[in-house]
Amino acid sequence: MKERKNKRFSRIREMFSGIPALGWLVGALVAVIIEYYFGNSLADFLHMDRLPVLFGVVVILKRPLDIPGAFVYVMLIYAIPIAVVARLTSRLMNRIAGFFDRLPLWVSAIVHLILLYYVLSVWTDLSDYRLLILKLSLIAIMVTLSLNVINGYMGEFSCSHPGFMALGAYVSSIFSVGLFVNDRILGHALLGVVPAWVGQLVFPIGLLLGGAIAAIGALIVAIPSFRTRGDYLAIISLAFMFIVKSLFDNLGFLGGARGLGSQPDWATLPTIFIWAVLCIWTINNFVESTMGKALNAVRDEESAAESMTVNTRKTKMIAFMFGAFWAGIAGGLFAHVLRYVNPGTFGLRKLAEVLAMVYFGGLNSVIGSIVGAVGFNLLSEMLRPLEIIKWIIIPTLLILVMIFRPTGLIAFKHFDVREILKPKLKAKERM
Amino acid sequence: MPLLQVKNMTHYFAGLRAVHNYNLTIEPGEVHGLIGPNGAGKTTIFNLITGVYRPTEGEITLEGKSLIGLFPHEIASMGLGRTFQNMKLWRHMTVLEHVKMAHYSELTYGLVGAFFGTAKRYKEEEEIEQHSYELLRLLGIENIADQNVLNLPYGVQRKVEMARALAIRPRILFLDEPTVGMTPEELKEMMDVFRKVHEEFGLAIFLIEHRMKVVMELCEQIQTLNFGEVIAEGTPEEIQNNPKVIEAYLGKEEVE
Repeated sequence: MKERKNKRFSRIREMFSGIPALGWLVGALVAVIIEYYFGNSLADFLHMDRLPVLFGVVVILKRPLDIPGAFVYVMLIYAIPIAVVARLTSRLMNRIAGFFDRLPLWVSAIVHLILLYYVLSVWTDLSDYRLLILKLSLIAIMVTLSLNVINGYMGEFSCSHPGFMALGAYVSSIFSVGLFVNDRILGHALLGVVPAWVGQLVFPIGLLLGGAIAAIGALIVAIPSFRTRGDYLAIISLAFMFIVKSLFDNLGFLGGARGLGSQPDWATLPTIFIWAVLCIWTINNFVESTMGKALNAVRDEESAAESMTVNTRKTKMIAFMFGAFWAGIAGGLFAHVLRYVNPGTFGLRKLAEVLAMVYFGGLNSVIGSIVGAVGFNLLSEMLRPLEIIKWIIIPTLLILVMIFRPTGLIAFKHFDVREILKPKLKAKERM
Repeated sequence: MPLLQVKNMTHYFAGLRAVHNYNLTIEPGEVHGLIGPNGAGKTTIFNLITGVYRPTEGEITLEGKSLIGLFPHEIASMGLGRTFQNMKLWRHMTVLEHVKMAHYSELTYGLVGAFFGTAKRYKEEEEIEQHSYELLRLLGIENIADQNVLNLPYGVQRKVEMARALAIRPRILFLDEPTVGMTPEELKEMMDVFRKVHEEFGLAIFLIEHRMKVVMELCEQIQTLNFGEVIAEGTPEEIQNNPKVIEAYLGKEEVE
């Protein structure tokens, strides 16, 4: 019985083994377009209140009677179209992927990213809730990845990431609200209210300012790290997080503990998408270079690294400042997505969430961070109907991951873009 | 001018005198040995010269330039390579990555190159990769360049460490018990490696070793250390017959 099942499973695997990333993306695009036009009427037809937002999981947990409906919906809208399109176009897509493979990598990467962006933007067009989850997931990727640089690649246990995010969030909010919004707390807009397209032009400046201030703040943690490691550094970084939090708690002109609101709506999906891609790109570039691998050398044997001409102080400073920079950018985007920021957000709870995403996804791995951040965010939204039980399921999952894969789901793996995008042979042909 | 000179070096660990009045002169291309019982302060001397500790008193110069107060990585990039008693390989890195890493001070592409992957970066990475492969070929381990170091047998790990130390383009190499725990075959191979790098690069070698066979065969000059002080210095023959050395190693001749 089991053998037969295995056989069937391997036949399915065989069927879908020769499909390149491009094929899957095209399949996904077809699926989301079908949903865009027919999703609502299909949901009506299946007697559901509205279309299932997160692949039907939320619906199932909320109203068990809708289980068949949600199943049919997911099959008809996602599973079957993706499978059919990906399978039928595999030969054509392999040929196109082969053509791209001969071009410089960035051409192919940009084409794939544009396609991915379209898939995401059509998918989120149907529901603001989806859009919000997607935005927060992209931001979570940036935060997780930047913390992975410090905790995974360099192996220091840093707890200061919410602090860096807070610095970025507040600095970019002061920039945007102070200069471009008439606000109760920060007063009259210094440069006057601007149209959205001007906002998009100046928004990067605000974000970069936030990132830069966070990077400078990171020096407070980086400099002690020259002399101390492990638990002691963890305590210092934790202290840093609390210092930042209570600083913003006590700065009356920024609204204190009540927070700062009315950020302009500049953090649109394309903006966040571009920043997230930039973040992944630069961090992956960095950790694949010999200069970035110096982080691993410092982690594994610091004294050997020093004796092999590695400037360990510089390396530590770069890691902390670079990580903090992206955390600051992510914080700025976060503040502009919620259009409100308060110090309470960047406390222990945020820390636990970020650490969980890093260790869940996998240390020392870009793809692990992406999987960790997206998986954790989706899971946490999908299980929302379970309320308190959600906080039993997610920690249990984390514990299980730690037992079976102590360094995380996908740890110590190279993120090889060319390998992912290249044309795929069928399992049979590969032998 | 001597390659490496140490004058009157003394070091205290919180009141405990670890090294007392230590002097050393190594000429280019010379092989110098340092022996002594466990705890005599041999590794401490290595760490003092390579900048891990800062000596309480004394002078250290490499080609006339003082090394006092410099960071270990600065001293290393001046041409002082070393290996460790317990190897200290980086457990998550491949053989090639080890050897490439030791070229760190040669990289000039900076943060811009590292973050954005400029053409200069790929050129420089390619250059250090070429040099790394040359060293791996010299030691006969180029076929395992992509393997993780943890999976390798002990003798091969030692070679990786040697390749890594050679990658900083040293003029003098400090070897801290390089043959400890080796089988006779591995030992023979390692001795060949020493001779090869010594001849190929005209390297000076400063060697801590417990196996008298290795020391006597390789070294031109030997110092014997006990309780942080040099008790004897000279050629292998002189050391072998020195009563003080025999006493330090075997105790006084009361039995006979």
